[in-house]
Amino acid sequence: MSSTSFGQIRGLFRSPVDLPTLLDGLSTGVIITDRVRRVVFLNSASEALTGFSRVDVRGVPCCHVLRASVCSRDCVIAGAEKSNAPVTMEADIVNREHRKIPVRLSAAPLHDTQGTLVGFLETVEDIRTSQETCESIQNVATFSQLIGRSSKMKELFQLIPVVAQTDSSLLITGETGTGKDVLAEVIHKASDRSEGAFIKINCGALPETLLESELFGHRKGAFTGAVSDKAGRLRLAHNGTLYLTEIGDLPLPLQVKLLTFLDDKIVFPLGSTSGFQADVRVIAATHRNLEQMVRESHFRQDLLFRLNVVRFHLPPLRERGEDIGLLLDHFLKIFTVRFGKHIKDFSRQVRHLLLTYPYPGNVRELRNIVEYATSICPSGMIESDHLPSYLVEEPVIFGNGEDTPGSETPAPAEWLSQDQGTGLNWGAIERKLIIETLLKANGRRSKAAQMLGWGRTTLWRKMKQYGLEDSADQAALPRV
Amino acid sequence: MGKKVLITLNENDVAPRFDLTTEVLITTLEADGPVAEDKTIVLAHASPEDLCQLILNEGIAIVICGGIEEEFFEYLTWKKVQVLDSVMGPWDRARDRLAQGDLKAGAILFDRTGEIALA
Repeated sequence: MSSTSFGQIRGLFRSPVDLPTLLDGLSTGVIITDRVRRVVFLNSASEALTGFSRVDVRGVPCCHVLRASVCSRDCVIAGAEKSNAPVTMEADIVNREHRKIPVRLSAAPLHDTQGTLVGFLETVEDIRTSQETCESIQNVATFSQLIGRSSKMKELFQLIPVVAQTDSSLLITGETGTGKDVLAEVIHKASDRSEGAFIKINCGALPETLLESELFGHRKGAFTGAVSDKAGRLRLAHNGTLYLTEIGDLPLPLQVKLLTFLDDKIVFPLGSTSGFQADVRVIAATHRNLEQMVRESHFRQDLLFRLNVVRFHLPPLRERGEDIGLLLDHFLKIFTVRFGKHIKDFSRQVRHLLLTYPYPGNVRELRNIVEYATSICPSGMIESDHLPSYLVEEPVIFGNGEDTPGSETPAPAEWLSQDQGTGLNWGAIERKLIIETLLKANGRRSKAAQMLGWGRTTLWRKMKQYGLEDSADQAALPRV
Repeated sequence: MGKKVLITLNENDVAPRFDLTTEVLITTLEADGPVAEDKTIVLAHASPEDLCQLILNEGIAIVICGGIEEEFFEYLTWKKVQVLDSVMGPWDRARDRLAQGDLKAGAILFDRTGEIALA
């Protein structure tokens, strides 16, 4: 569909006004449908809430776009049609990004000048903030979806409300699985922008050209395939928060463009000479060491300074002490209810194992372990049989092809626990593991891959990632 | 051995919400494309947990649905079930497009004609 015409309003002002111009400025979602409830128009706030573009869903039945819990049994538009008056109700929607969002829906019939019904006007208001009042600072066990009782988390919980009230750029660092996304959303919800959109974009998930279009938008005809105007995420996040995850993976040319935006706050879509003044708070997150990337010229120092106005570091789970037990109980309770199981607790042996495991994947790994154990355990206590095998099985003994005594490479989990106290991050640990395995395999990559339990391509990719390719080639190691 | 496919139903369309689905269609796609069989199951009540369990018990390889919450999407993906979500349109059209290898998440299969000015 190539049309981008969404009508004009005439007679209200001296000259006609574009409908999108009028409605895109609102922070409340607006959906206009025809008489049979097919979408005619979505404003920007609706696009941000639902995740669908107005061009793509034009003509689609409203219930497939809005996806509200009331659509099938108690449609708000049907109510407005029946009563011939505005109707309001609360519901929830599931958007394109798989998020369930509580909303307040209102609908009113639209009549033409002759009084004939021509369609409906529906508003969609995000009511997450009013429903989820943040826990008080005194209750330091939780802050919205963040859970923790350790001193590091308590410090964080005390800072969140303060930082949320500012508009400063924020950089969140921490290992994978520590809850960077959750923290970003918590800050958005606790801020004055909570009624605006929270737009997330993964800088590492899209190729550079696509990412630029996603971030800044494009004009029709800007490049092959640009069949219509597209508002970028920065524009969709107007009056809200833009969350850039994996900022360390943002290509250098886009770093310059983002820096320009952070300076001027003006979005220039691809192929457009006119800009849009966007009021956006930027939160960025990464698991990479940006200072090191700056030293290696992979990340712009000026962008780092721009983003690093306020910095939150989420500690890895192994440094959060008593939080491990708290999280184990929390997730056990959640999954027990979800799976309808009658599970009392972890056995003493399992609890000890789970409390001492280093969790390289942090909270995400802990959650997955509990989910796995809860789904496997029929009832009663969770025993070691119910844990993922990599946690409980004996370390795999890798030979070097000659069965030399003492040549074993410990299994990654065991190896990890040996390095627990060295302060190495996961990347450094994995890099070290690859080097040691390559040495044991006498430089034979296929053998090393086999010893690590990886495919050859995975090993090659990781060697390239850690800059080991050249060194391995140059090493005087025999290759087969 | 064909691939088992589950489509969440709401009358003649793919159901807009996975968690509110009360009727599903299970079909098998053979390797060469044609659909082998269709089976409709009416669920006792809408429950995304029960639906996930049904999907795993039935050995479903592909799920076609509308909106799905992250936890169920991640769970099914973790269980190696391919989830084609946000599919909008008649379920038989979705099934046929899948058989042709031409169905993607977010596909809009409705005919968009009528009184809307789609010029």
